Amino acid sequence: MVVAEIRIELKPGVADPEGKNTKKALELLGFKDIKGVRSIKMFEIEMVADPETAKKQCEDMCRKLLANPVIQKFKIDLR
Amino acid sequence: MKDVKVCVLRIEGTNCEDETFQAFASVDASPERVHLKQLLGQCPSDLKRDLGSYDILALPGGFSAGDYVRAGAIFAARMKSGLKKELISFVENSRPVIGICNGFQILVELGLLPAMDGTMSDIPDAALYTNDSGRFECRPTLLKQEKSHKSVFTADMPKGTVVMYPSAHAEGKLMFPKEKEQKMLDRLLENDQVVFRYVDPDGEYAGYPWCPNGSLHNIAGICNPAGNVLGMMPHPERVLRRETHPDWTREEWKEDGDGLSMFRSAVRSVK
Repeated sequence: MVVAEIRIELKPGVADPEGKNTKKALELLGFKDIKGVRSIKMFEIEMVADPETAKKQCEDMCRKLLANPVIQKFKIDLR
Repeated sequence: MKDVKVCVLRIEGTNCEDETFQAFASVDASPERVHLKQLLGQCPSDLKRDLGSYDILALPGGFSAGDYVRAGAIFAARMKSGLKKELISFVENSRPVIGICNGFQILVELGLLPAMDGTMSDIPDAALYTNDSGRFECRPTLLKQEKSHKSVFTADMPKGTVVMYPSAHAEGKLMFPKEKEQKMLDRLLENDQVVFRYVDPDGEYAGYPWCPNGSLHNIAGICNPAGNVLGMMPHPERVLRRETHPDWTREEWKEDGDGLSMFRSAVRSVK
């Protein structure tokens, strides 16, 4: 079995209101040393497949559902 | 007169199917609430439906599949994997398709909008992304009809008409890939695909709060180049009668709400 970690993040230059709002909230909680907050989504997918097939399938998953290439990029790590 | 059959398509989490049903019923069409599984054949045989047997397809608002992954993405991926051919032929047969709010997000994720290079793109060409405010924005919004050429949904709405349709969404900011943004916007305008833009009470294009989401060029709704596929964030089905306009007691009495004409002209176009 392999576990794929799929990291979906916003492309550079795309505004991140969730990150911005979280930063504001953290500052309101008293955290003064924050320079920036980015929101990133991670999917952990357990698969019964050899690593090469798993990677290919994960790329297909990103194209078909997990990432919108207009605003997001993805990175797949197998472990 | 022909009976106009409307497929009001839903999955789990869709929540505006009743208003959308009512919109079409009130203009003498025959709407039916259909679950996606009925079109995919994943149901008892007496419940199976064929998309091709309908005259109009409506994708109502809501939070399909809990808005997980991205708003509309799961609904779109499921439609695309099992219904791609049927959808393409439905659109190419010039039948009207309307997506409202979550339905607009689904049409964009499906690649049926903006569809500048063919009926359906393989991957999305645009995104409806989190509002600039980072919040769910819910209130009446004013829209100016921008389309120069008549289309099935705006036949009774000359260019420049301002209507009030309520908005209620957290992800309504239309975006194109950053590096192609201006070029794609120019093409969209050239193709007469911009249908609605957010305006203020003077009819001027204005920023927040009149534009609830920070959308590119104040865009609230677009259609495909042929004009038969329309997606919009605000909800025409919530203003079918004048009483659902927040200011109806202060305005001159009219029976119809601002939203009705869109459904009436769409139904008339296929009669």
